[in-house]
Amino acid sequence: MNFDLSEEQKTILELVEEVSEKEIAPAADQVAEKGEFPQKNVEKLASLDLFGITIPQEYGGLGMNYLTWTLVAERISQACATTGLIFGANLLCTFPLLNFGSEAQKKKYLPPLARGEALGAFALTEPEAGSDAGNVQTTARKEKGGYVLDGNKIFITNGEVADIYIIIANLDKKRGARGLAAFIVEKGTEGFSFGQHFKKMGLEALPNVELIFNNCWIPEENLLGKEKRGFRIAMQTFAAGRIGVGIGALGIAEAAFQKARDYAKERIQFGRPISSFQAVQHILAEMATRIEAARYLLYKAAWLLDQGQNFEKYASMGKLYASEAAMWVTTKAVQVLGGYGYMKDYPVERYMREAKLFEIIEGTSEIQRNIIANIVLRE
Amino acid sequence: MHIVVCIKQVPDTEELPKVKIDPKDNTIVREEVKNIINPFDENAIEEALRIKEKKSASVTAISMGPPQAEEALRRALAMGVDEAILISDPVFAGSDTWATSYVLSRAIKKLEHFDLILAGKQAIDGDTAQVGPGIAEWLGIPQLTYVRKLEVKDGSIVAERALEDYFEVIETRLPALVTVTKEINEPRYPSLRGLLLAKKKEIPIWNNDYLKLPVDKVGLDGSPTRVIKVFIPKLPSKGEIIEGDLNQKAERVIEELKKRNLLRWLR
Repeated sequence: MNFDLSEEQKTILELVEEVSEKEIAPAADQVAEKGEFPQKNVEKLASLDLFGITIPQEYGGLGMNYLTWTLVAERISQACATTGLIFGANLLCTFPLLNFGSEAQKKKYLPPLARGEALGAFALTEPEAGSDAGNVQTTARKEKGGYVLDGNKIFITNGEVADIYIIIANLDKKRGARGLAAFIVEKGTEGFSFGQHFKKMGLEALPNVELIFNNCWIPEENLLGKEKRGFRIAMQTFAAGRIGVGIGALGIAEAAFQKARDYAKERIQFGRPISSFQAVQHILAEMATRIEAARYLLYKAAWLLDQGQNFEKYASMGKLYASEAAMWVTTKAVQVLGGYGYMKDYPVERYMREAKLFEIIEGTSEIQRNIIANIVLRE
Repeated sequence: MHIVVCIKQVPDTEELPKVKIDPKDNTIVREEVKNIINPFDENAIEEALRIKEKKSASVTAISMGPPQAEEALRRALAMGVDEAILISDPVFAGSDTWATSYVLSRAIKKLEHFDLILAGKQAIDGDTAQVGPGIAEWLGIPQLTYVRKLEVKDGSIVAERALEDYFEVIETRLPALVTVTKEINEPRYPSLRGLLLAKKKEIPIWNNDYLKLPVDKVGLDGSPTRVIKVFIPKLPSKGEIIEGDLNQKAERVIEELKKRNLLRWLR
């Protein structure tokens, strides 16, 4: 067992940390407050080649592994959770393209995604299809050498800003989840438009948008993988996405922990820093422990993915544990900062609002427990 | 077109409290602090890269310093310069601005050809602003200092110099040396691709066996400048604490501001 980072990873992380600390973190409050898409951050990540980390060199990327991607995403999320999720949601487009796309599809779509010139998104969620992911009502029907999509998607991360969308639609409603197929839809396609921009409790600058398909024809070559294999593509993509969502939660937890620790060392009550009180010390100890535990579950998931082994169990465990750790750590961080923690002048109340999302997206905590239980009962 | 960028590795000023001065020879102890490329030199690199992107030039970064100055050159490579050369030899140690500009000018002469030399307006450690102009003098080429805008034409450049009270727009033929201010551009970060390529790139070290410079012109012994003492000035605190109740304090403050003619607009 080896926990060392490679020289290459160290070099990359040094740069990512520098940019995160100097450019991304200082703007995080403003990004959240304004609620505007952080275009500058996305351009910065693109100029650093970060969008191409896991994309093979032949498609314009750097051809590195998912563990490296995970380490990078962790640092970005710690600096700005919104930027971290934009970065993560992009993976939900590149991952299925890489794993299920044809050579022509990879050649066409991956290079602009690798360069960060195009952003990606993935859309399954609908009003009636959340945890019940198989219940997709958006339909696809064969027509004129292609497919016609009809229906609405909601809450789609990177919606409207993204250029390339992976859309899950139902080709055969009688077959339910087995009738699903995945399609590549480009922004600007006729019949594809954007509806509501959903207002959220936190992460206001993260686009979560309604996608509307109204008699939207796409050519045959935009079918991703095979017909009626859409559910499998979605499930595999979600599994990989859980590493990204978990790492986003971990980043928030780390940011909250650091704020709480620094504050506890400086805040004087009863004539001494509150970090000298055992009640506060135990909170900090628990925070640090949960963060470390979450971190290594997620690293293991990424490592398994890189080895081509089953990573789904660890991805679910990591996502579940990291998101619940983030909720706990951020809530306690507000407690450590007391009255100041509840004020908007400090970022910890924002971290707490942001953390909640992570227990819901990419499969709720309850769905994660179902997945884990299913796997461990089979083992 | 071949552009040479002269860069210096300096201690990171954000870590300034940790910087120590060696009492023996009054030089900075560099081992314990994080080092960076002199920020103005980063502007010089950026400007060279922008010219490169517009005019298809090649860019060589050179730096004179101890072996660890290689890190600064590697960063320059990661940002996108084509070649990097480290000028390093124990006999060069302790060179003042006269000797440093001499060594750098001889190294540049060794290059096959150059059209433009770029450097930062000064280094943030020594703050002398002498090495750039010194190189131009040794090479007998025009020098344009404190440049905040630069335009490259065929065989000449037009520069906007930021002087104390005014700007000067000036044209000169090439080859020439330009020192830049931070206003000229915003330096880029390296890309991951650049970083990984830079890691593998070989950086030749030119020592005095290669440059063959007379030892009485380099290093501490070859330097006409003698640093007698380096110290952190102790500024006497001139602050005054104004006593009294709030109204009295406010009146005193207004009085003092008026005395300094800072409340002209308050009538």
